[in-house]
Amino acid sequence: MELKYLFNSLPYIKPELILAASLVIIVVADLIITKKKELLHYIALAGIIAAGYFVLEQFSMNAFAFSSSGNKGMLTVDSMGAFFKGLVLTASFFVFLFSFSSNEINESRSKLGEYYALLFGMILGMFFMISASDLILVYVSMELVSLSSYVLAGITKQSLRNSEASLKYLIYGAVSSGIMLFGISLIFGITGSTNLYEINYILRSPETNRVILLLAGLLVFTGIGYKISAAPFHFWTPDVYEGAPITITAFLSVASKSAGFVLLIRFIKVAFIQNSLNGYWQLLPAVDWKTILLVLSILTMTLGNFAALWQDNLKRMLAYSSIAHAGYMLAAMAVLSNQGLIAILIYFAIYLFMNLGAFFVVMLISNKIGSEEIDNFDGLGYASPFLGVSFAIFLVSLTGLPPTAGFIGKLYIFIALVDAKMFLLSVIMVLNSVVSLYYYMRVLKHLFLRKAEGAPIELKVSFPNAVVLLMLVIPVLVLGLYFTPLVEFAKNSISVLGF
Amino acid sequence: MLNVGLNHFLVISAVLFSFGIFGIVTRKNAVMVLMGVELMLNSANINFVAFAKFGAFGNQGQLIALFVVVLAAAEAAIALAIVLNIYKTFNSINVDEIDSLKE
Repeated sequence: MELKYLFNSLPYIKPELILAASLVIIVVADLIITKKKELLHYIALAGIIAAGYFVLEQFSMNAFAFSSSGNKGMLTVDSMGAFFKGLVLTASFFVFLFSFSSNEINESRSKLGEYYALLFGMILGMFFMISASDLILVYVSMELVSLSSYVLAGITKQSLRNSEASLKYLIYGAVSSGIMLFGISLIFGITGSTNLYEINYILRSPETNRVILLLAGLLVFTGIGYKISAAPFHFWTPDVYEGAPITITAFLSVASKSAGFVLLIRFIKVAFIQNSLNGYWQLLPAVDWKTILLVLSILTMTLGNFAALWQDNLKRMLAYSSIAHAGYMLAAMAVLSNQGLIAILIYFAIYLFMNLGAFFVVMLISNKIGSEEIDNFDGLGYASPFLGVSFAIFLVSLTGLPPTAGFIGKLYIFIALVDAKMFLLSVIMVLNSVVSLYYYMRVLKHLFLRKAEGAPIELKVSFPNAVVLLMLVIPVLVLGLYFTPLVEFAKNSISVLGF
Repeated sequence: MLNVGLNHFLVISAVLFSFGIFGIVTRKNAVMVLMGVELMLNSANINFVAFAKFGAFGNQGQLIALFVVVLAAAEAAIALAIVLNIYKTFNSINVDEIDSLKE
């Protein structure tokens, strides 16, 4: 790779450069500022907004960066990537706003600099994960995300469950990334390349060894499945989500998952595609991805929903619910068509608001009562009707009932499934939604229909928090009724696929 | 005279990988579990270098192995810090005893 090509590629990674610069600025600012650590919140927000400006630019781009002599490069800069980068940035924006008032973060204020520096490292890793089209870049960026998140899961250090969460995350993460690397080494052995496009070119020749390729594909899928917490690679999810500080849990459940999904889409769509017919992808016969994804999606959503039924800790319940949502999105992936892809994009955009909203309400309440156990939430819906009603809206949306946005997300996945004549999967999905109704409504029962024991608790939502909550509630309601712009946006985002 | 070929390297790396998995599943001590992970990463490294040498893929395999060595070192540093923190809070690094989050 000549130096000339390196410099030519720099304009394509402007958002990543901004994020890296913000990381350095935060580390330096943390050293200089000794008294008013709160300033770090604002520096971090400014970094996110600056990066967001350059992500907007990428919606019209369709190019390869860091290629040697004009071949397909290591990075694909396209509008689908820009869509997901936008999602990651929006999620980080909200998580940074949550951090202002999170007790867990404020109690360890001396570590605020490290907290934001690691978060920026994580966002940077996700950005590279989203646009990576080279398996080595995939591995390196996944490790960047993982290593930052292991530390973040245990950032407060004092609490027992924080430390335990980080250890469990570390062990599961290290094992699955090791397995993934072994899979990459096998793919490298078969094809002699790590670039997804070159791999695709070589796999088209008929003399590839199918058994090894199947094994390698499954090993790589292990690493991706761990990131999106698909069954049977989900074991870390409940423990880590419950143990980690709630801002980190919210971030992991949305941003980390979306970056993992882009990886899955690119891995299957680029490396294993034969041709595309009427928007349906015909994959190479080597690996039967359709069956694998179908079985895993049924397993993931059923397991997530049924395990959530008897959880008494709200964070743990939301962890299982996030596994179930990953299952719904895997179902849309199993369609292997552009329509399914659009459904994933729509679902993620909606999932971001409703899931972050649910975690925000749990955080505000547990800040006050110091617990996330469902029994301690009795009657709190009346202590602050605003909080209670917003929580109800988020939960109804997570169930997927109209007129909330969650219904639209499920509807588009359902349409994609029916169009592809995958009726069994669509029926299982609807039945799963019915199961999920039980555990979401159980929370509402505790909030509104149970009498609180002991002295009534006063819940006040400060003005800034109310604004943040409204910023989450309004999209969930509006997108449930007026969703055409989002659908059009998603369609445009994948119309110029970079592959 | 034995002729060492690609298959010899692949068998060694497969054995090493299996030892890694075995160690992770059977060991109780967190540090020993992490050593199992190191074995897995290095088995992949052997694969990369062997494929590059015998498949005539150029220097790419060796380059990748260098990347992996660096990442393994970073991971070990973070992992040991977390294990140290676990020892301070739980007074033990037995992974079976650290289960306060289960119900």
